[in-house]
Parts: sequence; C-alpha cells; structure tokens
Amino acid sequence: MPTLPPDARVKNFDEVALGYDDRLAFLEAERCLNCKNPPCVRGCPVGVNIPAFIRAIKEGDPVRAGKLVRLENSLATVCSRVCPQEVQCEALCVRRERLGGSVAIGNLERYASDSLAAYEKRKGEIDLKKSDVAKGISVAVVGSGPASLACACELLSSGASVTMFEALHSFGGVLRYGIPSFRLPKNLVDDQFEIAKKMGLKTVKNAVVGKSIFISELLEEFSAVFIGTGAGLPSFLGVEGENLAGVYSANEYLTRINLMHANEIGSVTPVLRGKKVVVVGAGNVAMDSARTALRMGAEVHLAYRRSRAEMPARAEEIAHAEEEGVQFHLLVNPVKILGEENVKGVRLQRMQLSEPDESGRRRPVPIEGSEFDMECDELIVALGTSPNPIIKSSCEIEVTKRGTIVADEMGRTSMKSVYAGGDATTGAATVILAMGAGKRAAKAIIFDIKQAKEEL
Amino acid sequence: MVDYEILSKRMLAKDVVELKVFAPLVARHCLAGQFVIVRTDIDGERVPFTICDFSREEGSVSLLIQTVGYTTDRLKDMSVGERLEDVVGPLGKPTELSEFKNICLVAGGIGIAVIYPQLKQLSFEGKRADVVVGARTKDLLIYSDEVKALANEATFVTDDGSNGKRGLVTDALSETLDKKQYDCVFAVGPLRMMQAVVRLASSRGIRTIVSMNSLMVDGTGMCGCCRVKVAGKVKYACIDGPEFDGSEIDFDEAIKRSKTYLEHEKNCRLKRYER
Repeated sequence: MPTLPPDARVKNFDEVALGYDDRLAFLEAERCLNCKNPPCVRGCPVGVNIPAFIRAIKEGDPVRAGKLVRLENSLATVCSRVCPQEVQCEALCVRRERLGGSVAIGNLERYASDSLAAYEKRKGEIDLKKSDVAKGISVAVVGSGPASLACACELLSSGASVTMFEALHSFGGVLRYGIPSFRLPKNLVDDQFEIAKKMGLKTVKNAVVGKSIFISELLEEFSAVFIGTGAGLPSFLGVEGENLAGVYSANEYLTRINLMHANEIGSVTPVLRGKKVVVVGAGNVAMDSARTALRMGAEVHLAYRRSRAEMPARAEEIAHAEEEGVQFHLLVNPVKILGEENVKGVRLQRMQLSEPDESGRRRPVPIEGSEFDMECDELIVALGTSPNPIIKSSCEIEVTKRGTIVADEMGRTSMKSVYAGGDATTGAATVILAMGAGKRAAKAIIFDIKQAKEEL
Repeated sequence: MVDYEILSKRMLAKDVVELKVFAPLVARHCLAGQFVIVRTDIDGERVPFTICDFSREEGSVSLLIQTVGYTTDRLKDMSVGERLEDVVGPLGKPTELSEFKNICLVAGGIGIAVIYPQLKQLSFEGKRADVVVGARTKDLLIYSDEVKALANEATFVTDDGSNGKRGLVTDALSETLDKKQYDCVFAVGPLRMMQAVVRLASSRGIRTIVSMNSLMVDGTGMCGCCRVKVAGKVKYACIDGPEFDGSEIDFDEAIKRSKTYLEHEKNCRLKRYER
C-alpha cells in the first residue's frame, strides 16, 4: 500500500496509507486464487464474501465490489483501515506461506468500499436495500461506537426504527475520540452517520444512559434496548508518581486531540506539548498515542514490558510508528514516575520473558537491580481499558467480575429485552468484533420480538 | 424552547453570574451534588459546573459561574435567549448525607453553589444544617439570603471584613465547632481551603466530606483526567465522586494537578480580550 513519506506525514494529521489506484488494485486482485472453499471468509468475523468482491475488482467493477462487501459489513471503509487483517482473513489465505504471501484483502476491501462511497457521493444517492421484516419495532441503542452503529444499521435496513443515545457531544465512540485521523479520517465517520441518518436513524447527543435517562425508562418507550457502551475506563500503572501533571491516560490524550481538537492552533481545549514523551504499552492505542505525540512535535519513546513478538498492535501500525521515528524500548516496565510537580522522567526496570501466561503470551519477569531512569516531560499510559461502570450501577444487569456485561452469543443479557455487545461485553477488543456483535444482537432483537408476537 | 437555551441570567457579583438553562434531560433526574459539563460553542472546551438549582417542571438547571478563564468569560457575556452548544448531565454521584444528624456545611466563595442545593435537599428531608460561608469580600458572598432562610445558623466571614466577621472561613468554623457537636463537616471551595477545613475538623474527630473540582474532559469516566488519590487509590471525581471522605484525599497532589494548564488558561483568556 502506498503511503505518505514518513518525514512529511509526521508534520500533519493526514491519512498515512493512501490506498490503491485502479492498477494496483487490479494487480493485487489478480493474485486471489478464488478458492472453492475460501478459508479467508472463515477468518472474517462478519463473513464478508471475500473471493466474490475480489472477483468484481478483477472484472473492473469496484463499485459492485463495494456493494458485495457492504452486504455483510456496513462499516467497510472503517474496518478496512482498522481491522487486524493479518490475524483474521489474511492469516488464513492459502497464499500466505508459499505463494508470495497473503492477498492484501484489507487493502482491496478499502479500495472497493472507498470506490463505492465515492460513486454514491457523485451520484448523490445511496443504494440501500431495506426490507420491512422489522417494521413496527423500535429500538434504543446506547452508545454510538462500532457495536451500536452496526446494530442500528442492521435494524434500520430491516425496517425497524432506531434512536441512538450518546453521552458525548459527537457521535462515533472510539472511532471519534480514539482512533486518530491519520489512521481513520473523520469524514469517513461522518459519512457513516450520514448514511445511517438517511436510513432513518434518530440521534440524541449529551444523553448519559444511567444518569440522564435510565434503561427502565427506555424500555417503556422502546421494544428493546441495545447497550454498546464500549470499554472506556482507562487502566493506570499503579506506581508512584502516576498522578503528576503531565501523565496522561491514552484516552485522555487522544480525546483532547481527536474529539476536542487541542492540536489545532487557537484551540480552547488545552493539551501539553512535551518535548520528550514516553508512551507505555504496545497495543494499537499505544501506537496511536506515540504517533500523535510525534505529530505534536515531540521526540517519542515507547516502553513495553514484553518483546516485539508479543506486541498486540496491528503489524502496519508498528511498522508505521517505527518508520516515523518512534523509539522502541522493549522488555522494560515503569516502576516509578519521577518529578515534583510535573513529570520529569520515568524509572524503568528491565524484564525477561518466562513461561506463557493465560493469555498465551510469555510472561515478563522483572530483573532485580536493573532499574534505570529515562528523562521525559510527558508520559502517556496506554495499558488498556475496562467497561464503563455507569450503566451497571444504575440497573440490575448481570456483570462479570471484570465488569463486562454478561451476554450470550446473540447479545441477550440477564434483563428482558436488553441486549449488549462489543467491548462492553468482551472488554477491549476490535472494531470488527464489536460490529459483528452489534449485527448479531440486531438479528436476535428482531427474532425475539417476532417470536413473542407469534406466541401471543 | 430549544435545548440549552438560556432562560434567565443574573449578575450576582462583578465576576459571578447565575444562568438558568433549559436542559430537560438533565433536570429530570438531577440531585444535589451532581454536575453538568457545558460547551458554549461548537469549538468550545468541555467545562464542569455544579447544578446549583433545578426545576423538573420547567426542565431547567441553574449554574453559578465565576469568571476565571476563557469559557467562564464567554458564559458571562451570553444573553437570555442564546443557546449553549452542549449541556450534559447529571454527572457524578448525588450527595449522601442521610446517615448524619448534625451537619455543618462550609463553603468558600463560589462553593456556595454546592452548599445551596444541599441545604434545599436537607430542608426537604426536614433537617436543618449549620452553615459557614467565607469569601474574599462582601460582593462575593452570594445567595446569603437564600442560605439564611434554609440554614439553622448561618455564619458569614470575609477576608477583608467588608461583611460579617473579618477572617478566614477556618477561623469561623473553629468557633462554630467549639459551640456544638457535629457528626459531619461538609466542605467545598478552593483546594487549599478544603484541605484546611479537613485538618481542622479531623483533628476534632469529625467526619469530613469534600466536593472535588478536578479538571475534566468527558466527565463519564473515559479519560481519567479528574483522577484523585483517595486512601492511596486512584478514584475518578466524575464517576466515583465528586464527593469523597476529606481525610482520605491527597490534597497536595490534587493541588499540583490543578495547575496543569494555568499557562494555557492565561493565554486563552488574553486572546479573548484581544478580540
């Protein structure tokens, strides 16, 4: 995939990956073997018919390819940019081991869905298939991230009426406040909501379900409620100095910039512009934070307690971060954050890997006496998040010890007519898994309501 | 009426304005101790304000605003009929004082915005608390008539002696505590003032509750900006608070954190005046 050159892109927030042109797309599509029993489809959490849409690209019809993708994935412009394809569809491609590497399915999906979006914008109309199987059903969707949006789109395309409640002033959840625009341009998120609104989506901003309005009240007004409130509560290190000025959670840092535009000149919302920033963690959010800090003009160091092989971020994000100049420090763990008023540095301890733990990754063990100090004037903690406690503290819904909402495969919770999916039920995971869960819950909502009517 | 329209505006002092805003989604469930987050404009910052009064029938909430920076200046300059861009809430946990019998509420300056709805709530429950209010000067003693009407005994002090006694709020509190037995002192105001109140009341073995006015972004537990160390653990003022046991708060750390953006605030405010 062609990209902006690293030295140019660290000076702005423009999208880094530029996408395929027709020729590159055709050449890559040609590599697809069009398997009879395609393993790639099994690797896709929402079951996109991958060989079919790639065939449409080969036949020179990217718009049709885009439509084929959209049949299963209403957020394809987003997913093609943020899915960890290398552990999903592309991991199962038969070309992976011997035949020159996997087909770049994600890149082709982006080409197809971007082509469709551009075509529909030009034409000024969207070809949306709408059935009326769910006519008369009204659903409240809580949260506006990928799980909620996918659930809403699925319901709307079945003829249900959907009202979405969002706590923030802007819609999109993690797509809005979390993922930076150099990875996911915000106009793509706007476009998704434009489409959903054309399908009939009603939205209510500044509505904190569990505070402004309760689930019980929603159930009086709607046939069902879907909870897709994500996993927004940031985890901290639990070490001394963590509350010094200049120590951010990745959520705070990214929210200030992505949602509040604190990076823009003259912004009222402040954000610190450190000269030397240390980011702790090695997931996608850590890479996003590190690359954002680079664009804010900092020298950026990333500290991770395991080795490169265990880094949970998408391969492309790790590569981009490194190309752009993020300096990786592996097998180190912060034990103390230094400073009086503001953060002045971090004390790191060297680690070594021992046996794999329950996550299957090798467990890091501290090496006694190996501590050393690294100077910095800003530190960003990107150690994952857990589900937001507001909803569970306001109703009787069953949750696990970790605070995730208990839901079955179809999203049914312990409360009648209340469904949940995405990070709120799984803990922090991926956009595509959340989307899949939202879609399944939409199907369950329609099925359950119809079933109940038949029984009457 | 449209959401977030300003229904009324009163200048209570040179730098203090009371705005009543139409926000039915906030007014329907809000309780004493909770707050809202406001954005004045489409490119505005998110700023928390205590809900100092509300009307469920009217769907309105009242906010007391002291001008200390860009957004508060902007709020002061807005007029009735204009609308704010966003008002979200009620956020935070409501005040929980039901276990206490003899309560002394202590407010420093604008902290009265938190004390007043509590007095109202307590009087609704048939209780009357004593109140000690301190301000820099008499113009900043706000809501004094309303407080007098609802309090058992109200004491007012000013730093410069322009109204009531001259002295600090802690001096007046010390005298009040000499006169009567309390099982709870509830304090709200600047961090240094709350810290001093907690020291004073704790030294007499009285439980203290304080309302933290931390910096915030989302106000729903998403960013951790408002984190406070309480009994050695990280708590979020927005979802675990804003009220905490005063004796468990690490005030020195909270004071350091509160200064994070002072420079930015100054610059922003300057820019607004230059416009």
